[in-house]
Amino acid sequence: MTEPAELDRILAAHAGREGSLLPILHDVQAVFGHVSEAAERAIAHALNLSRAEVHGVVSFYHDFRTAPEPRPVVKLCRAESCQARGVEALAARLRADGLVKVETVYCLGLCSVGPNAMVGDTLHARLTPEKLDVLVGGLA
Amino acid sequence: MKDVGMSTTVRISDDALALACGADAVAAAFEAAGCTVERVSSWGMHWLEPLAEIDGAGFGPLDVADVPAVLAGTSDKGIGPIADHPFIASQQRFTFARAGKTRPLSLEDYAAHGGWAGLARSREMGPEATIAEVMASGLRGRGGAGFPAAIKWTTVAKAPATPKYIVCNADEGDSGTFADRMVMEGDPFMLIEGMAIAAHAVGAAKGYVYIRSEYPHAIAKMQAAAQAARPHIAPFEVEVRVGAGAYVCGEETSLLNSLEGKRGEVRAKPPLPALEGLFGQPTVVNNVLTLAAVPWIMANGGAAYADVGFGRSKGTMPIQIAGNVKYGGLYEVGFGITLGELVEVVGGGTASGRPVRAVQVGGPLGAYHPPADFHLPFDYESFAAADGLIGHAGLTVFDDSVDMSAQARFAMQFCAAESCGKCTPCRLGSTRGVEVIDRIRARQGRSADAVESLPQIHNAKKRARGLADEIALLEDLCETMKFGSLCALGGFTPYPVLSALRRFPEDFGAVSADAEAAE
Ligand SMILES: Cc1cc2nc3c(=O)[nH]c(=O)nc-3n(C[C@H](O)[C@H](O)[C@H](O)COP(=O)(O)O)c2cc1C
Ligand code: SF4
Ligand code: FES
Repeated sequence: MTEPAELDRILAAHAGREGSLLPILHDVQAVFGHVSEAAERAIAHALNLSRAEVHGVVSFYHDFRTAPEPRPVVKLCRAESCQARGVEALAARLRADGLVKVETVYCLGLCSVGPNAMVGDTLHARLTPEKLDVLVGGLA
Repeated sequence: MKDVGMSTTVRISDDALALACGADAVAAAFEAAGCTVERVSSWGMHWLEPLAEIDGAGFGPLDVADVPAVLAGTSDKGIGPIADHPFIASQQRFTFARAGKTRPLSLEDYAAHGGWAGLARSREMGPEATIAEVMASGLRGRGGAGFPAAIKWTTVAKAPATPKYIVCNADEGDSGTFADRMVMEGDPFMLIEGMAIAAHAVGAAKGYVYIRSEYPHAIAKMQAAAQAARPHIAPFEVEVRVGAGAYVCGEETSLLNSLEGKRGEVRAKPPLPALEGLFGQPTVVNNVLTLAAVPWIMANGGAAYADVGFGRSKGTMPIQIAGNVKYGGLYEVGFGITLGELVEVVGGGTASGRPVRAVQVGGPLGAYHPPADFHLPFDYESFAAADGLIGHAGLTVFDDSVDMSAQARFAMQFCAAESCGKCTPCRLGSTRGVEVIDRIRARQGRSADAVESLPQIHNAKKRARGLADEIALLEDLCETMKFGSLCALGGFTPYPVLSALRRFPEDFGAVSADAEAAE
């Protein structure tokens, strides 16, 4: 499906739903990997909002990106419980490697078995330097 | 084990934490060995995950390689009957009564273990008596503020405007917490039943569960459960909505803006959400654990719930023991247990084996407590009196390798990253806070800057600032954030910062009070 057709399908699926902007943005990001300027315009038009309003929402939330990310993304939890279990030493190792995109998240709800990371919807607990190397190596 | 093979049923959790620890592979290995595998909720003994249960006996933490020995009866990972394990046997599980025992999405299991009894009784009694029962339980909001649930419900019930909404706050952003996640992944129908009782009590027709996007497994289970439960809760309906990675959206008015499709900025109160909430309509906003406690209360009576607890904190609290701790997991118990008992007896001290130095209670906006506070009973008022809070009841344990000035810096950095931007003390103060703490950490002070040196500036110091000046500045900044912020993100960030500074002064270049006392 072409991009505009796919966008239309998403917009039609949410038509008439109350407070539909976030669900629409989640779907757009899931399909296209990001929320482009063109998508912002189409969404604004469909919801009778200005593009500035839509962009204001996109830019407020950490989850939405405005440009595609070609690299695999590893979301590494760096909140307090994972800090207490040594995540900062792991983070320091990762910084050198540019083949995967390492994003910081604050808590994955696995705070008793950290350090933890999420790739897509897959969770990884009890990370050690060795386990992290295998994980990142498998993605890059 | 005598009967191995086809007749053996193995129960393994499919909760996100068990999956993260490798439960799927272990389950597959049991299946490959001819066992019947049932995927159930987690018992909450996280250090033992993946935990397998065979005829009531537990084995964990398991690896695929352990499976043959478990089946042959030669495994050294047996813990005996799970229900008799001290971690479980010493709990008072009301909300988590079914944990480990039922298949999360099985309506049969739910009904067979007491499900829907609370809703049935609420329907028999009618809305007013339902609220009275919740009032009698003394149930207070479990999201952090501890506001009595029945009072909020009464306001919504009496509001003339319709439609009304039930909003379940499942944003659970605090580090060190996972009880909401465990409810949604382990016993989703209980939460839906709680929402349906609330809806019946206040006259709402629609409910939303706002779940953070970091919880994909909880989202999937709640969506499936909301669909499957439709006949049980009709005409009430529950819809799942997904957050987008903003901590502040756990604040109730920010959450409502987010549900409406707006930036998650905090709203000024009044108007109260109970009167003008979602889309300007009367709205109950309650935490997952608040709503999940309601079916038990309705089925067993408010008085039975209020029998347990401490002071004005009635009932049980699902406490989450996390961080650098040996036996981490979910521990539901009546209020009043001491912090020290939770950390050292239940939690077994640190996982690293080093001494405990600090415990952060109540998430990123909670205070850091040294072991000197271990006598504190776990309840709202006792922690408030000790300049702390229990929040969503997460404990994050740190050993003696922690640098408390780094933790104070992180608190400010987190506030800067997550601020909604509406008010200046939080939006700018947090960044200035990081800078001041950096200077304190570098023990370097600074000279007056270009603006401070101007002759027109009368109220700034012209001389160089030393460490003591910088610490005074940090305290001053915390006062400003505390009293000048609209919501608790800016307003409570001073808790971790000031507790680190005052209880662990040696990490900020000062002579510790203990050291002085020892001299
Ligand atoms: C920054 C911030 C984050 C919050 N995060 C949550 C949260 O994740 N979950 C929650 O239930 N309450 C959270 N709260 C508290 C809510 O504003 C609100 O008090 C709560 O949802 C009310 O429900 P309760 O009375 O059942 O606790 C947060 C508050 C603030 C200021
Ligand atoms: S304190 Fe911070 S998060 Fe709260 S309203 Fe003000 S700017 Fe927003
Ligand atoms: S702090 Fe890392 S998972 Fe909660």
